[in-house]
Amino acid sequence: LTLNQFLTLLLPEVVLTVAAFVVLGLDLIWRGDQARGRWLPWIAFLGVLLTLGATILVWPMAGASGLPLALATGQGFGGEAASMMALDGLALFFKLFTVLVLAIVGLSAGEYMRTHTPFRGEFYALMLLAGLAIMLASAATNLVMIYLSIEFLSITSYVLTGYLRDDPRSIEASIKYFIYGAVTSAVMLYGFSLIYGATGTTDLAAIATALSTGSVTVRWLVFPAMIMALAGLGFKIALVPFHQWSPDAYEGAPTPVTAFLSVGPKAAGFAVLMRFLLTALPAFQVDWAAVLAGVAIVTMSLGNLVALWQTNVKRLLAYSSIAQAGYMLIGLAALAPHAESWTTGLNGLLLYLFAYLFTNLGAFAVVIAVENRTGSANIPDFAGLIRRSPFLAVTMFVFLLSLIGIPPTGGFLGKLFVFGAAIQRQMILLAVVGIVNSVVSVYYYYAIMRQMFFGEAGDAGPISITSPLKAVVAVNVLVVLGIALYAEPFIRLATESVQMLAAKF
Amino acid sequence: MNFPFLTLITFIPLVGAIVVALIPGNREREIKWFSVLVSLVPLVLSIVLWVLYVQTSGGMQFMEEAMWIPTLNAYYRMGVDGISVPLVFLTTLLTTLSLFYSAYTIKVRVKEFFALFMLLEMGMLGVFVSLDLVLFYVFWEVGLVPMFLLIGIWGQPQDRPQYSAIKFFLYTLVGSVAMLLAFIAIFLTTGTWNISEIPSLGPLAGSPALAVAAFWGIFLAFAIKVPMWPFHTWLPDAHTAAPTAGSVILAGVLLKLGGYGLIRILLPFFPALFKQFAPFIGVIALISMIYGALVSMAQWDLKRLIAYSSVSHMGYFTLGLVAAAASLSVSDPALSSRSIAMSGAVLQMFNHGIITGGLFFLVGVIYERTHTRDLKAFGGLSAKLPVYYGVMLMTGLASLGLPGLAGFISEFLVFRGAFDVIPAYAIIGIIAIVLTAAYILWKIIQYVFLGEFSEEKWSSIFDPEHWHFSLDMARFEVITMVPLLFFMVLVGVYPAPILNMINAASTAILGAL
Repeated sequence: LTLNQFLTLLLPEVVLTVAAFVVLGLDLIWRGDQARGRWLPWIAFLGVLLTLGATILVWPMAGASGLPLALATGQGFGGEAASMMALDGLALFFKLFTVLVLAIVGLSAGEYMRTHTPFRGEFYALMLLAGLAIMLASAATNLVMIYLSIEFLSITSYVLTGYLRDDPRSIEASIKYFIYGAVTSAVMLYGFSLIYGATGTTDLAAIATALSTGSVTVRWLVFPAMIMALAGLGFKIALVPFHQWSPDAYEGAPTPVTAFLSVGPKAAGFAVLMRFLLTALPAFQVDWAAVLAGVAIVTMSLGNLVALWQTNVKRLLAYSSIAQAGYMLIGLAALAPHAESWTTGLNGLLLYLFAYLFTNLGAFAVVIAVENRTGSANIPDFAGLIRRSPFLAVTMFVFLLSLIGIPPTGGFLGKLFVFGAAIQRQMILLAVVGIVNSVVSVYYYYAIMRQMFFGEAGDAGPISITSPLKAVVAVNVLVVLGIALYAEPFIRLATESVQMLAAKF
Repeated sequence: MNFPFLTLITFIPLVGAIVVALIPGNREREIKWFSVLVSLVPLVLSIVLWVLYVQTSGGMQFMEEAMWIPTLNAYYRMGVDGISVPLVFLTTLLTTLSLFYSAYTIKVRVKEFFALFMLLEMGMLGVFVSLDLVLFYVFWEVGLVPMFLLIGIWGQPQDRPQYSAIKFFLYTLVGSVAMLLAFIAIFLTTGTWNISEIPSLGPLAGSPALAVAAFWGIFLAFAIKVPMWPFHTWLPDAHTAAPTAGSVILAGVLLKLGGYGLIRILLPFFPALFKQFAPFIGVIALISMIYGALVSMAQWDLKRLIAYSSVSHMGYFTLGLVAAAASLSVSDPALSSRSIAMSGAVLQMFNHGIITGGLFFLVGVIYERTHTRDLKAFGGLSAKLPVYYGVMLMTGLASLGLPGLAGFISEFLVFRGAFDVIPAYAIIGIIAIVLTAAYILWKIIQYVFLGEFSEEKWSSIFDPEHWHFSLDMARFEVITMVPLLFFMVLVGVYPAPILNMINAASTAILGAL
């Protein structure tokens, strides 16, 4: 590829980078200028829209099997011309995903950030950069690029988590997140080095080739390396047992950041995990599928059981999102990439993730709206919400139903696909544990429902919502219902996005 | 494309719910009467449906079919046969009566109540008309949510409504997720969700262990809903806590969803397994009948008594179904007895809907006046409330199976079929009929209406402050009960119109096994 072609294919990332730095620069120039500062969120939003445009522009260029992004003149890590990233179905899916996350979180954040901190421009710039990291991670096809982009995502996330610098809980959350992140990413890097040592390459596809040609004599190294990589990615996804940071980080972080953390890094982790396992280690499917199945069972069960005892909604949603990641992992553990079937596991994972994006961000938008008014996000703050804001109560109810997986919501469709994959692979235990957990989860979502509909509010004043937040909640609820009622386009998007992974498998 | 009767019947309540949600909440009068009017449309349409259904040709009619999710091969597919038509009618009738009754009795959060009630109606109707498992499941769950809120919000505070609501929700959900897994497994082997097509494809025939698991998964969902012993414990709580109209719909329609599912899905999908496990399910039916009746007899709370009587009465339904499934060859000389048992079972569902629905309205009548349901607090009311006494006596007699009233016909048919196919079960089951007579006459009639009237006792419970209608049954209460009484008599005296329809469908279903 020439430089021009290269940059064209990288357009979404380029636009997002420029937008981030424009916001950062304007924030410096307009320092102290409140009137102009109001425009920063909207400039960031414009950047996100342009990124969406760029994504749509490059969408048809990827072709069916994807396009490696390698500069013709570039020198690779080992001396060969290397491609660090690819533009393919999976990468495009997560570009779209990231744009949606950024747009939704950005629009929900407005009033919250205005009232909680004077430093606003940086917030949006950091958010855009974190989004950039997700895009890079999901497109990375090289262990080095994977590591760098995951670190990039981690560091922006640490800063965002500790953004309320006067709030000790925010700082504590950030430190905890950072320490866990530093350790797990070091472990992951060590795992990568083992793979590099065994195969002599960092390119995912080349690793698979090396492992299958038999030139590698130390195949036994792959298993520990895989577990170590799982530690780093499991940390991003918050899989048990790498999840301990998430409840504290979720509770302490500013709520819009919590919303972002519950979806963005999780998605990045899943994207990398899928690509890494399917591209580099397809020969070890039996091993990693077994490990992932075990992790999925533990993650679902622990997330749900601990969520039962939570009294803070952010913390509750943190444990709920741990459990949700467990359901998604079923799709990867039970994948059958070549099955001529409606569910290949992988498409279920993406569909679930897509539904979860709108569901969880919608739920958090409601939490933000309530928190803006009440000042905290404990479950009793939701008392009598149906009287204070019927709109918020009803939409929150739909989001909670979607998290449980009750039709007609997107969460139901996601569960249908991942549980379907498990049954298809005769992994009945996995499906049954998933189902039992869905039932258990009702109980803690019910804690919120009960307050909203049956509880009496101490302060019965109506809750006013800013119009961007209102729009976000309304759009999310429509999409959550739409995914179930008009499912075909969403299923096709998910299925087509993983087709090239299945082809390589 | 024919006139989309079923789509209209199902979704007009949804439109009504949305419109109600948009009316300002303080216009309570408009909300109430608009809802009642809207609910009349499905009622009228379901009567038209009944009239237009061609009994001579039988089978599924008013079919609607459209692709819904191509990847999943899921269709928007609806149709009704002689079993669904009466149940659709029962649903629309009881909903209209419930809304009408609630228009007078619901005082708080009126807008939410009426919107949710119509959503509930949509969910229930959708289950009765769906012929695609995905669609069926969606409606199955859609009905769950409004009922949960109806119990939790409008339940009487002393009955722990929130506890009852979540108990109801969790019980039903446990069953439905098990059912969902079974549906997915069936789809993976047959490649279709079509309820009418799956039986001929022999779902899960290749893997007997999985078939057994799927059978019990689906059974669990429907058994909880029916409810059969030992899955019935949500029912007394939910019925007792729910507002009057909610109890009516719970007993009148929601329990029928389970029964309908057993007939429409479980029996045709797994006839051999059903036959194999029939002795066991028969025992469950007997326990439900007798245990339900005994526990009813032990209650001192009028509403709880009637709630437990539902367990007992739905046991008759299960017994009829077991008799119908107990022997399976088509050349079987007992086929006519089996279809008699099955027709009896379906008619029992319809009758239970109108009779127990009526009983719950009647509990509401006394509860609105006295705010107590304690049987010991009443006594001698026949003199004070003669009309109420008359209506309650008639409904009670219908419930205990007095010849000439509806309950007798269906119980007779169930036992007539069962005696031929599974005589031992039938003989034991007869005990329940005696017990029913005991709790209706002894507990309800004697404790509430007979004996000496004590003015002192009455004035301690009667609350004239909060009661603005006549002391005896008010006009709106009479109007609510009249259609139900009419059907009790009609089915009791001349059951042919409904029975012919059910019988044709039962014979067709059994013949196809």
